[in-house]
Amino acid sequence: MTSNNKFRLLALAAMLALGTAAAHATDITGAGSSFVYPVISKWSAAYAAKTGNHVNYQSIGSGGGIAQIKAGTVDFGASDMPLDAATLAKFGLGQFPDVIGGIVPAYHVAGIAPGKLVLDGPVLAKIFLGQITSWSDPAIAALNPDIALPNAKITVVHRSDGSGTTFNFSDYLSKVSPEWKAKVGEGTAVNWPTGIGGKGNEGVSAYVKQIPNSIGYVEYAYALQNHIGYARMKNAAGKVVQPNTASFQAAAATADWAHAKNFDLLMTNAPGADAWPITATSWVIMYRQPKHAANAKVAFEFFRYAYTEGKSAAAALDYVPLPDSLVKQIEGYWKTEFKQ
Amino acid sequence: MESAIYLRRRAANGLALGLSVCATVLGLLFLAWILWVTLQQGIGAIDWKLFTKITAYGAEGGLANAIVGSLVMDVMALAICAPIGVAAGTFLAEYANRTKLGATIRFLNDILLSAPSIVLGLFVYVIVVLPMSKLTGGAVSFSGFAGAVALALIGLPVIVRTTDEMLQLVPGTLREAALSLGVPQWKLTVQVLMRAATSGIVTGVLLALARLAGETAPLLFTAFGNNFMTAHPFDKMESLPVAIYQYTNDPNPALHAIAWAGALLITLFVLGLSLATRLFLRRHRSPND
Amino acid sequence: MSSNPAIAVSNVDQRSRRDARRDALFRRLLKACALLVLAALLGAALSTLWGGREVLFGQGLHFLTSDAWNPVTGDYGALAPVFGTLVTSLIALLLAVPVSFGIALFLTEIAPAWLRGPVSTAIELLASIPSIIYGMWGLFVFVPFMARIEPALSDTLGRIPLLGKLFQGPPLGLGLLTAGIVLAVMVLPFICSVMREVFQTVPVRLKESAYALGSTTWEVVWDIVLPYTRSAVIGGIFLGLGRALGETMAVTFVLGNAYSITSSLLMPGTTISSSIANEFNEAVGTHRSALIALGFLLFVVTFVVLLIARLMLRRLARREGA
Repeated sequence: MTSNNKFRLLALAAMLALGTAAAHATDITGAGSSFVYPVISKWSAAYAAKTGNHVNYQSIGSGGGIAQIKAGTVDFGASDMPLDAATLAKFGLGQFPDVIGGIVPAYHVAGIAPGKLVLDGPVLAKIFLGQITSWSDPAIAALNPDIALPNAKITVVHRSDGSGTTFNFSDYLSKVSPEWKAKVGEGTAVNWPTGIGGKGNEGVSAYVKQIPNSIGYVEYAYALQNHIGYARMKNAAGKVVQPNTASFQAAAATADWAHAKNFDLLMTNAPGADAWPITATSWVIMYRQPKHAANAKVAFEFFRYAYTEGKSAAAALDYVPLPDSLVKQIEGYWKTEFKQ
Repeated sequence: MESAIYLRRRAANGLALGLSVCATVLGLLFLAWILWVTLQQGIGAIDWKLFTKITAYGAEGGLANAIVGSLVMDVMALAICAPIGVAAGTFLAEYANRTKLGATIRFLNDILLSAPSIVLGLFVYVIVVLPMSKLTGGAVSFSGFAGAVALALIGLPVIVRTTDEMLQLVPGTLREAALSLGVPQWKLTVQVLMRAATSGIVTGVLLALARLAGETAPLLFTAFGNNFMTAHPFDKMESLPVAIYQYTNDPNPALHAIAWAGALLITLFVLGLSLATRLFLRRHRSPND
Repeated sequence: MSSNPAIAVSNVDQRSRRDARRDALFRRLLKACALLVLAALLGAALSTLWGGREVLFGQGLHFLTSDAWNPVTGDYGALAPVFGTLVTSLIALLLAVPVSFGIALFLTEIAPAWLRGPVSTAIELLASIPSIIYGMWGLFVFVPFMARIEPALSDTLGRIPLLGKLFQGPPLGLGLLTAGIVLAVMVLPFICSVMREVFQTVPVRLKESAYALGSTTWEVVWDIVLPYTRSAVIGGIFLGLGRALGETMAVTFVLGNAYSITSSLLMPGTTISSSIANEFNEAVGTHRSALIALGFLLFVVTFVVLLIARLMLRRLARREGA
């Protein structure tokens, strides 16, 4: 008891002797999803310039983000997977979406330009199951009557690291292919039936670029930046759509947020006629009754800033800002669910 | 003279020496290759901004806070692991050379060498970050100090290993001469043996630094990272490897260039330090060495 | 010098007592540091045992013998990562040890004095390149390079009966062999630095006498220098082996990360540490436990590898002693 106290005193004295940490108005900390890291960094810099408050966000992965918010070492976590109601209730947490992005099938086939190839869910599932092994397979040819497909073996490239990208991609394949659901299922990392694994969006992009006749999946921004081919997709409404801001937004708008408690909803295979079928978001996770009320207040102000003034920054990085209706719903959720 | 045996011996000698030169050229070739790629990719991002602006500004920023954080944590880590490592290595070589305890520690030290750094980071998270967070009511959790402890755990076994080896190679005659002059053991160890083995021990410390300066995984859960500038050891702290890691996974090519530039900085930092140490050693080398 | 011999004696007495006290203190201090190393390892190992208890004790033997790895169904087996770890480390040592030896030989016996400093600094520089840079270089430069030479490998080495199996497969550029080569470059400076350092400690007298008897440089190194420094050289190799077994980032980028066990070195695989690094950040629950259990397994694998190496050495020493 006494030795414990003595140690505590000593530790405190040591920290005081080195000067107190807080030099600014408020420093808050967030951790988690790497999917949102680029845009949160951007918002953070602009928000610091405007208010002087520092939002320090680190991409340690969704799993890490959830673990750290539970351990109380950060002010907010960010996860690519929504938590279910039971978990949220158990730890006294609430969650809400932050920004929207799209995932695209990326391919490297000589003579087929980006955005030319058309795929649909079942065919994509069969390719990643290792059942369609050649580019000249009749199933691919039927979707692409105007393209001369090479008679070449397909090399499948997937993520080797656990990721929200994989989670949304495999969730989509589960929704469109019963066989995928039974054999593989969905998760941040799955048991891939075939192919090679690249680390990060960067690793997958590099492999797709280097290996002829390969196909992988990456976040939209990586396909654009790396100038690799990305496919068009036939969506749930049966329409062929291009991946772009409009089709991502269409997916977000047609998703049934109004009936999703705690925003526990995935936007994959969204019903809208113009909706991109592999659209994703990530969730900010916070305590309903935060230990540091002042920090939580700054966090809410930060995300309010992100939803309004931060829109253009998000768009510049090929993310899609949340639709206004959704933002309104989130602000209502803040009022009723969080102690502010 | 020109017997078959002699010829064969000479041929073997020539072949071995030739292969040895080839090995050296091969090693240098790989170094040049990697450095060339790093230079080529990173040179564009090396400017004033890199040293004066912080990572919060992304592509318009620099690495100033990461450089400061890395310096602080690397120095703290060395300050922790160098004395402990040299002391432990000395114990192994001078006091426990043929004992069971010595053999056990030596063996476990080799295992520690290969412990995945992410596991060591998790260990430090449990023994430093969580208790600190509890102790201070969450005011201090992740910190540069915790990062330094994790890095120290990575450097420690390298220093123990090399100190042990180098001291064992100091000729026994040196020990006997000193002891026969009535020099107490601690003085013998500190003033005679360690001096004789300085160059080797320093090599070990530099290898440890080289290894820990580039580590990313153990820092994620200990120092955490910080987009803003801080040199306070109990703040969350940015480091070059963590910044590199984040930037290489970003779609923006401008950030890739900054990442390569950061890698170049780490390499130059270790190079500069090892050159400085070597120069220092040469100047202070006693003439009868 | 002292006029009174009695005082002189008590002075000496006092000093020797003080020395003895200091000796004891010094010894205890050193011992404490050594025990700290022990505590660090046991702490780290036990924390992985604790973190991985759910899978280690829940799945038991299945975890060790299965090559399945399915986070969705929660079925975890460590066979593929263990296999990949051992194979890539073995390739790395097979390549790095002779090359390091060659470089150390060059630096201590062949190179002119002015060349030794710069070259040895350059080799040590290889150790200071962050491992993520090895990974990036591997991914963007070395993998495409290997993709170009792998067809040649398959056509030549792949034709050899039995051994040829190792070199067959699609020339993707990534895989066990590529990872092994990158690892070799990474561990080379560690092995080489220690070798060079210890070669320099061989008494000049010993070498000079051998030269005087007409030995060639190679014979001096092989028959005098190497036996004299053998234990330290092996220590240096362990240093490299340790790095190879635990290396993460670089391997992850070039290995292809597939949970499979193949006979061909050109096929993708995975290692323990790259599996942890790949999946840890996003893992929760049983998945996280399985990854930490893998970490514990790496401690065990290293333990076994080092134990085998030790036993082999002891047998070697006994044979030579007899």
